[in-house]
Amino acid sequence: MKLNMKLKKGVPLIDQHDHQGFWGGKFGGSFIPETLKKPVEDLTNEFKKLRKNKEFLKKRDYYFKNYIGSPTSFVKLKNLSNHLGGAQIWAKVVSEANGGAHKIYNATVHALICKAMGKKYIVGDTGAGYAGKMLSMAAKKFGLKCKIFMGAKDIKRQKPNCDAMRENGAEIVPVYSGSQTLVDAVSECMRYWVSNCDNTHMCVGSTVGPNIFVKICGWSTAQISRELKKQLKKEFKKIPNKIKLINCVGGGSSAYGFWSEFIDFDKQQIELIGVEAGGPKKSKLHAAPLSRNAKVGILHGAASYVCQNNEGQINDTESISAGLDYPGVSPIHCFLKDTKRARYTYATDEDALNAHVMVTKFEKLNPSLEPSHAFAEAIKIAPKLSKDTIIIVNSCGDAKKDRDILRERLGKH
Amino acid sequence: MSSLLKKAFLNAKKENRPALLTYTVAGDNTKKKSLEILKSISNFADICELGFPHNTPIADGGQIQTSAYRAIKNGIKINDVFSIAKNFKKSKKNTPIILMGYYNMIFQYNENKFVDKCKKSKVDGLIVVDLPYPENKSFASRCKKNGVNFIQLVSPTTSQIRLKKIIKDSHDMVYYISMLSTTGGKLKVSPKKILERYNKIKNQNKSKNVVIGFGITEKTIKSLKKADGLVVGSAICREISKSIERRQNTVTNITKIVKRLRNKIQ
Repeated sequence: MKLNMKLKKGVPLIDQHDHQGFWGGKFGGSFIPETLKKPVEDLTNEFKKLRKNKEFLKKRDYYFKNYIGSPTSFVKLKNLSNHLGGAQIWAKVVSEANGGAHKIYNATVHALICKAMGKKYIVGDTGAGYAGKMLSMAAKKFGLKCKIFMGAKDIKRQKPNCDAMRENGAEIVPVYSGSQTLVDAVSECMRYWVSNCDNTHMCVGSTVGPNIFVKICGWSTAQISRELKKQLKKEFKKIPNKIKLINCVGGGSSAYGFWSEFIDFDKQQIELIGVEAGGPKKSKLHAAPLSRNAKVGILHGAASYVCQNNEGQINDTESISAGLDYPGVSPIHCFLKDTKRARYTYATDEDALNAHVMVTKFEKLNPSLEPSHAFAEAIKIAPKLSKDTIIIVNSCGDAKKDRDILRERLGKH
Repeated sequence: MSSLLKKAFLNAKKENRPALLTYTVAGDNTKKKSLEILKSISNFADICELGFPHNTPIADGGQIQTSAYRAIKNGIKINDVFSIAKNFKKSKKNTPIILMGYYNMIFQYNENKFVDKCKKSKVDGLIVVDLPYPENKSFASRCKKNGVNFIQLVSPTTSQIRLKKIIKDSHDMVYYISMLSTTGGKLKVSPKKILERYNKIKNQNKSKNVVIGFGITEKTIKSLKKADGLVVGSAICREISKSIERRQNTVTNITKIVKRLRNKIQ
């Protein structure tokens, strides 16, 4: 492998990998069983064709606008900014998207690809339940049969999204192996695909997994930053000089989508900050491979920083946020970390809960526990920054799904 | 010099039967027991595959997952796997042993160190489930240079062009995955179809030993006996689970099942 830790300009980050699928010669790739070689190759070829196909792009844009509800709004959080002092805090309210989170972009694109490939069945993994809920919505919309793999622990803690999946006619397959969370759901989903790849399409719920899934997901969520770029120009007449784009990072699909249009900018002008799940304050467990210096390893078909032990066994993770509760992370974010284009930090469960409380107190916004991690960082740094600094947080999920956890942890709600 | 693997296939051929390959997980359910099982079943098996367990296996079904989790829970480490292999070889120096597992374990151990250790422990072959061709090219040739067979996998989805290249780059043994499935799935393709496909692979190069695995049990093994070799894994792991549950002797029970398997292809 040849290392090449340099970002190119003018080329989407999802396409900056070498011929074996590695970003920076180190992250990504396709570590898959022989059986999946062919379906992955078929999907790669199909996607290559479709993304250049005008009809397909028209279809995508049509559904993004009329089904997902693009663009989602870009708003100033005046009260929160005034309360904290310092930088202006803005939010890109991606949770307005149909279904309540950014996962709908990837799900819709996968459903369209599945249709284009003539497959009738679609399967996917889910942690917080949003990826599953959105895939079940898209499957229903496009007449596909849908199975969602979900850890038994997550089924318990994200009930509202499970109800939605069932209402959409999807079958939820509970996964009891390992820690019974997202990591096990992804494994089980891949195993299912190994056995059924002849008639079934697989959607990986984030910018993780074998190279092609990273690309498709990133290509889908990139819509977020395309919208934001326009909205910034409209609001400020030009792209402002001091911007900080803050996003939570689990697998990293919303963060990539939020940043993709801005990666070519100088980091003095636009800083990219990713916030991982630090887990409970008193626990040693976390889901923050980037900011807590995990080693590179192979998980779910790709090389990335992974929470693991010396032997290469994947560690248990812990986070209040099911959507961030994952031991690996997108190879794209590993590349952004090593090239120093993005900065990664973490927020604890408690930080995220406090941020959720503060944001909902001051604003008409109800960020789920995942973006609450990003808000925690915004709240932390805003007071130290100048008034002309624009902090933008991607509020990528709605807290409806967190109803039970919030009630338990905060008493009321 | 002919490899032990080649010899094992040749011996079976002389007896006009396929080679019997078993798969067990190192450290299932303890280090000591898994070594005892290996020693005992190798009286009936021609080649022993020994799994180094990983806790995030993307191609294994329930039976092997259970065995792997059990072994990890009991504290098995990669170095233990090597010492089991080494100890096995001390008493069974002519029975080939193949290590099988996922790439992250090798990557963390360090590729060079891993191959070195294989050589020192007298490991004959290596199967890496998630390091397909052509990504495995350089690692495979490193194995070969050190006298370790790198075993390429072929599946029903492998295209003709790919098949040619894989066979060309393979060493003494090729592993054909009988169907689209994780390990331990029920045989959902007719033996006739599997053998048709097997013959296609075989016709690429008759000197390569092609084994069939996935879905092979006491019930199905006889129907595939025309192959060079047959691998039984999940059926054995299931028996270990059962024996533990019933507090019976795993070594005796596993040996019995392997003996029965051998009789069916005799």
